[in-house]
Amino acid sequence: MADPHVPHPDLPPPASAIGALGWLRRNLFSSPFNVALTVLALYLLLTLIPPLLRWALLDATWSGDNREACAANRGACWIFIRVHLDQFLYGFYPEAQRWRINTVVLLLLLGAAPLFIRTVPAKLKPRLGLGLLLVYPIIAIVLLKGGVFGLVAVDTSSWGGLLLTLVIAGVGMTAALPLGVLLALGRRSDMPAIQTLCVTFIEFWRGVPLITVLFMSSVMLPLFLPAGMNFDKLLRALIGVSLFQAAYMAEVVRGGLQAIPKGQFEAAAALGLGYWKSMLLIVLPQALKLVIPGIVNTFIALFKDTSLVLIIGLFDLMNIVHNATTNPEWLGFSTEGYVFAAAVYWLFCFGISRYSQNLEKRLHTGHKH
Amino acid sequence: MTESALTPIKPPFWNNPRTRAIAFQVIALIVTVAVGLYIFDNTQHNLRRLGIASGFGFLSSPSGFDILQSLIPYSATSSYGRVFWVALLNTLLVSALGIVLATLIGFVIGIARLSKNWLISRLALLYIEIFRNIPLLLQIFFWYFAVLRAMPAPRQSLNLGDAAFLNIRGLYLPAPQFQPGFSWVLAALGVAIALAWGLARWARRRQMATGQQFPTLSASLALLAGLPVLTYWLVGSPLAWEYPELQGFNFRGGWVVVPEMASLLLALSIYTAAFIAEIVRAGIQAVSHGQTEASLSLGLDPGQTLRLIILPQALRVIIPPLTNQYLNLTKNSSLAAAIGYPDLVSSFAGTVLNQTGQAIECIAITMAVYLTISLLISLLMNWYNRRVALVER
Repeated sequence: MADPHVPHPDLPPPASAIGALGWLRRNLFSSPFNVALTVLALYLLLTLIPPLLRWALLDATWSGDNREACAANRGACWIFIRVHLDQFLYGFYPEAQRWRINTVVLLLLLGAAPLFIRTVPAKLKPRLGLGLLLVYPIIAIVLLKGGVFGLVAVDTSSWGGLLLTLVIAGVGMTAALPLGVLLALGRRSDMPAIQTLCVTFIEFWRGVPLITVLFMSSVMLPLFLPAGMNFDKLLRALIGVSLFQAAYMAEVVRGGLQAIPKGQFEAAAALGLGYWKSMLLIVLPQALKLVIPGIVNTFIALFKDTSLVLIIGLFDLMNIVHNATTNPEWLGFSTEGYVFAAAVYWLFCFGISRYSQNLEKRLHTGHKH
Repeated sequence: MTESALTPIKPPFWNNPRTRAIAFQVIALIVTVAVGLYIFDNTQHNLRRLGIASGFGFLSSPSGFDILQSLIPYSATSSYGRVFWVALLNTLLVSALGIVLATLIGFVIGIARLSKNWLISRLALLYIEIFRNIPLLLQIFFWYFAVLRAMPAPRQSLNLGDAAFLNIRGLYLPAPQFQPGFSWVLAALGVAIALAWGLARWARRRQMATGQQFPTLSASLALLAGLPVLTYWLVGSPLAWEYPELQGFNFRGGWVVVPEMASLLLALSIYTAAFIAEIVRAGIQAVSHGQTEASLSLGLDPGQTLRLIILPQALRVIIPPLTNQYLNLTKNSSLAAAIGYPDLVSSFAGTVLNQTGQAIECIAITMAVYLTISLLISLLMNWYNRRVALVER
């Protein structure tokens, strides 16, 4: 009997199909059209990146403390940012009192950190979250505003910079979500009067630009209130921003509510749960989980929209940077200022969106399709 | 068994869902009306105290200020009502141009995001992630204060091929001057459009009946381009260009795009395009790959597959969120107020309000206009959406 057939060992794949070369061929040079696109993209990168690098890093001025130091170099003048950094972060908050802002931020970080650590027992987290939601704002307001416990009172008109941006965004987010949920429930309600009220409210706010809302809050609110009674400018902006974003949030949450099958509502009713119990325990947890991307998008929009308070003369990060670029001693550095502000906004928005993607993955308990 | 055990126990009336629903609604209505009356009463009182006469009479009094850019004749002696129309047209102009530009950029970036070319898709991703995470107002300020306000003075203008000039006062473009015979060219264009439409109808009917295809697209394009050009040449080139010329300290003649308009338009279209790109990508990815495979196995070429199979289905997913972006762009154009482009918010809810003190009327008119625009665009898009929507069995 002849030997059984023994096949030759497999030949290795051709060198051009594996490794870096294979990757290049597949991803950059697979067809004449692709080759042309790659060349075009490379050309674009080569014309854009070197001048950008030269401006931002190589030719930039890093040391010194006046504008004369920048005259020698043709690149960016980062001294402008360094000199104004305190102002950009704290606004016009009195220098001796800035420890209060630092304490508020530190408290937030300390209080919120355990929520994101997995080894902290799950039982503790809701309590901590509730404490953060109910107790922390009071501490923060007392510390920031002062006037009690021997703290010097700091008027909100001297709040500014990143502090103000974060205050508006934080208050807006914590107010817009619950309000939005209520409005969405109202819109889906069986009671015609409640439904009409909610629909009118939502469609009105969604139909007008935020800037007209802020205009309205600054010129019309004084007319609506009894003579002599007046609101803080910051408070007016906060109310405007919160109501505006609540309407958008309501539409996002409504999407989630509509996606919950009717069986869930019926099962909750069959178990004897009342309206609020069935909503809070059965429907909303599922609905909110479904619309995390939408909620986060609304949060990001809110964070970016805080820059509009410049229109009514509040000095948030955007306005304080703009203000610094018009300072006669530092004219001509607007590009540096705007690039810095853009980087800060970008970091926050990109961070929020990345975290939400992570959250979505973690909360995903169903089947992936 | 006694009779009473069989009759169900009637719950107390306050536990009856119907009674509760009615009670809640009555309370909600009473609260709303009460708050409304309170605000109305306060407003009346405040207006009397401040000596402001309410009403729309102010619209016919002369405005007394100039406007940077106007599409219709306007001077400082025109009325406040005229200011409203000028401002509204400026808002509509920048929104319409912004929508066209944002759609073009957005579709290109969105398709590039799906490119098999790694470099191209990464570049598109970079564009999207950068521009949608930076506030629009910041982008407008960047273009306006850091780029366009840093342009040279008119005497040192950037010369773009001797026809267009860019300086701190804006972008100066040659303006077309229509000579008497030009209406013939326009008429020819009208005839060409009618012919192309008829041709498309005929070709479709023939294809339905016989299966024979007709190169409709290239034939219509040839018609649309050829007929007007031929007429233009026949009636003796009835079009001249007026070039901007440096006279003294500024350019005269031609069209000028003011820096306020340019920066607003740039920022609006670049910002919105990032969102549109994501919508386009999601829409195309929503069409399952089986559709492409089925189409190719039927013998359609890749171009036909894209045009006849993928795009019609993708558009169905793309249109509703795209409408939202158009609405957002229109509403965002109100940020013009921050750099002084004379749009509705800046000129009407800003300057006119400050001059007349008619806060309620000005803000109400402005809000009503935006609400109307929102409503109109959604109606239009809903109509389109119904036309392309999936017809289920």
